[in-house]
This record gives sequence, C-alpha cells and structure tokens, in this order.
Amino acid sequence: MSTASLTVLYFAWVKEKVGLGTETVSPPASVVTVSDLIDWLARRSPGHAAAFADRKLIKAAVDQVHAPLSSELGGAREVAFFPPVTGG
Amino acid sequence: MATIRVQREAFDPGAEINSFCARNSTSGGIATFIGQMRDFRGESRATGETVSAMTLEHYPGMAEGQLSELVKEASGRWPLDDTLVIHRIGSLMPGEPIVLAAVATAHRGDAFTACAFLMDWLKTRAPFWKKEATETGASWVEAREADEDQAAKWTR
Repeated sequence: MSTASLTVLYFAWVKEKVGLGTETVSPPASVVTVSDLIDWLARRSPGHAAAFADRKLIKAAVDQVHAPLSSELGGAREVAFFPPVTGG
Repeated sequence: MATIRVQREAFDPGAEINSFCARNSTSGGIATFIGQMRDFRGESRATGETVSAMTLEHYPGMAEGQLSELVKEASGRWPLDDTLVIHRIGSLMPGEPIVLAAVATAHRGDAFTACAFLMDWLKTRAPFWKKEATETGASWVEAREADEDQAAKWTR
C-alpha cells in the first residue's frame, strides 16, 4: 500500500535470533498482512530467517494490540514479534 | 480506581497489601495473589533443573497497556472497589515476588473470582518473558498450554 516507515520490535528469543531489538523498515506495497511482513523480514538476514523459521511459535502485536498473523497492517506504525508470553 | 506498576525494584507484598487495605477500609473483601520466583524449572522440584536467577523482559508501553486493559475488563465484569497490579522486570532471585494482584470488593466471592481472572489473563496476554539461568546456561521459559486453557475459561 505504501512505503511509509514502520517500526518493528523484537522480544525474547526472537530478538536474540534477529540480533536486533528494533529496526525501522519501509516494506513494499505487496506487504499487506502481518504474515506478509514476516515473509519480507525473513529475507533481510540469516538471523531474521532463523527467528521466523517456524511461525507457529511467533506472536505479533500491531500498534501494541495482540494481532493474528493474518491481520492487515493498515496504517500501523509499530509491529512487534515475540514468543508466547510467560509473565506472572 | 486502580494502580498498575511495572518496576525493576523489588517490592514488599506485605507493605503493599497493608496500604491497599488501608486505602480500601470500607471494602468488605480483599483477595490477593502473589507470584514468587521458583528455584526449579518445569513442573516439579523433583524433576526440574535448579534455577539460580531469572531475567524478566517486557514490552514497554504495551505491558502497562495490557495490564490496564485486564483491569478494565475485570471492572466491567465484577463490581470492584479497587485493583492493584505490580509486576517486576529485570533481574530476580529465587523467592522474590514477581507479581502481586489485589482486588477489593464488597463481598468475598467477587474478590476471589476477579483476582483469579486477572492472573489467568495476565499469564496469557501481558507481554512479559522469563529467562531462567541454570548451571547449564540460560533459556527462555516456554508458555504452558495449561495457562491457555485456564484463560480460555473466561471467554464469553
């Protein structure tokens, strides 16, 4: 849809595998859903590829709200990827 | 009324509960839950590796936001006078309190139920991640399916 910049955040082992806590990206218009974004990010580095190798293990939040991987990004400014939460 | 705190500093559950009771002296029932750091990994001390320390990572902003959402949801379901949720982040040692949830209501039933609800939803929705250190190295705690089942009970 656009090439607006998007802040991507990684947490826990996703962060360790990617090797970054955050990055700013400008995905192409073909990236419509969270899942599309994963496909696109996974090509950025071997670390990204390793982190996203099994996406059944990945949870996402769009603008700080839990979101299924099938959700559309719309005008999102911030997308986060992390394993299932283990607080409490 | 509600207080939500995500903090690096240790807290004293006794002192927190005392001041919560004092500020809700007209509530008939107060239920609390304290989660403490275990010194073993997995389901039991007999089979689990010894854990010497823990690091708690969180998603700044969203963690506080999700805790507020949980409290808002609980307030919509039960008539709560007041709620307190404190969650640690950073480095913890075995035995230290990780989380405190306290709920003040007119009668005990709602206090017990709302407190259980808060913890069940917190476990599956609040963005915190535990990493445990053992003799063989540090590893991320895996989410438990039982926690998902427990949280699903509250879906309506």
